[in-house]
Amino acid sequence: MKFVNHEEVAAKTKTRLTKNTLLKGVFAAATGFGLVVLAILLYRIVTQGSDYLSFEFFTSFASRIPENSGIKAAILGSVYLMLVVAPVSMFLGVGTAIYLEEYAKRNKFTNFIKVNISNLAGVPSVVFGLLGLTIFVRFFDLGISILAAGLTMSLLILPIIIVASQEAIRAVPNELREASFAMGATRWQTILRVVLPASIPGILTGSILALSRAIGETAPLVVIGIPTILMFTPDGIMSTFTALPMQIFDWTKRPQVEFHDVAAAGIIVLMGLLIIMNSIAVFIRNKYQKRY
Amino acid sequence: MTTIVKPEVKTAEKETVKKNKSSVYKTEQLNLWYGSNHALKNIDLDIKENEVTAIIGPSGCGKSTYIKTLNRMIETIPSVKTSGVINYRDKNIFDKEYQVEELRTKVGMVFQKPNPFPKSIYDNIAYGPRIHGIKNKKILDQIVEKSLRGAAIWDEVKDRLGENAYGLSGGQQQRICIARCLAIEPDVILMDEPTSALDPISTLKVEELVQDLKKDYSIIIVTHNMQQAARISDKTAFFLNGEVVEFDETDKIFSNPSDERTEDYISGRFG
Repeated sequence: MKFVNHEEVAAKTKTRLTKNTLLKGVFAAATGFGLVVLAILLYRIVTQGSDYLSFEFFTSFASRIPENSGIKAAILGSVYLMLVVAPVSMFLGVGTAIYLEEYAKRNKFTNFIKVNISNLAGVPSVVFGLLGLTIFVRFFDLGISILAAGLTMSLLILPIIIVASQEAIRAVPNELREASFAMGATRWQTILRVVLPASIPGILTGSILALSRAIGETAPLVVIGIPTILMFTPDGIMSTFTALPMQIFDWTKRPQVEFHDVAAAGIIVLMGLLIIMNSIAVFIRNKYQKRY
Repeated sequence: MTTIVKPEVKTAEKETVKKNKSSVYKTEQLNLWYGSNHALKNIDLDIKENEVTAIIGPSGCGKSTYIKTLNRMIETIPSVKTSGVINYRDKNIFDKEYQVEELRTKVGMVFQKPNPFPKSIYDNIAYGPRIHGIKNKKILDQIVEKSLRGAAIWDEVKDRLGENAYGLSGGQQQRICIARCLAIEPDVILMDEPTSALDPISTLKVEELVQDLKKDYSIIIVTHNMQQAARISDKTAFFLNGEVVEFDETDKIFSNPSDERTEDYISGRFG
């Protein structure tokens, strides 16, 4: 008794192959849609903004006159912001991931925490802005400062860093930990010498991608109430400041069409920064992957 | 059950009185549970120094569990509970004050699957000494050479100590793991089916190595392979369903076992 009728199978082969070709086309179109829209966007921004992109654009403050407008205060503000966000969010994020993956006992409570951290990653950034306004700006009385905004941004990207680091740490094979413990290493020695070296590419890639989200984020800064036009550069973490996305947001709101082109120039700079940060992430990943 | 076990342990003790060997591990009434699963039942074993003790038995008999209890690696599994006593050099390793890290600096372990670190060969061997605080490069160099020679792999890797250990073959990796274990200058080496992932030639090399190492170390080896136990061990313990059925001189176990179940197992009637 045979169950497979080869003639029937042969008759059906053609439809199967057609379906395959058809779906290949559908998926290619889905990819193409995103690419085309992105290309149009890039083209528009570059043609609009390139006229305003000059050396002076980086060295002048904002101005009423589009030709004199620049991003000196905004770009320095963004850099200062990152100087707060990077160490704070990475220390807290990687620390939390290490605790949850390596030290904490697996029970319902830690599972509850893990699920909630993943959920936090989906909370809208406006909500984090309100949190920052209430806690850092008002309750701790940090004012509209780089520190307050930096701590708010750190909270915003903390869940992303924690989840990325947890995944990187979990990917380290347990046999390596066992080998280390079996030689009398403490848990911290094992983390420092075995777990972190093996997971650092994943941790850094996740962290840098999270940081590049923070540098482009506007909503929390709007809610905190940072100014858009500043005629001075920040002189410390308690100083008030403005940031690139805020500056761009302000320019696009103006009625004069010329300012929209200035905004486009600002967007080019912001995208340049993002590309640089993402390239660093890719570079680090490739470098370490070669070693291990 | 215990009525069968105890006389055998006594004969083992008589042997030692003759040879004047002292015990490294004395296990008394060890019980172990994984949750509600009673995995080890009233284990009594007396393991002597400078001998190769083989632990044989069918899958799931508790032999791997037992060897992992000897350096308390079993505790990495959260649901494990134990009762009873394991004296290592006359100190109970289950005592609250007993530092498990200290125990593991004296008791090395070689795992079933070769598990070198994704580091250079040199850094793999120097790992143990480094975590115990040895920083002097000259001393580390000497430890690395001595350990690699001890594991009979020095000649194969001496020109590429800086290369990643992942580039070596499985058999070489396992000998690197043995060398890494020798680098902490242990008293006892626990081997959990060290050749089960290796080809016959690599297996032979590891077996020869075990014969060499017993001059300086006490070795406890879990093996699936009865011929291997017969070839390399001095004493053999036969585990079945979490109990020690028989523990005696290897020659006696394989030529004239006292227990019927041992005979059935070694003659291949089950397992």
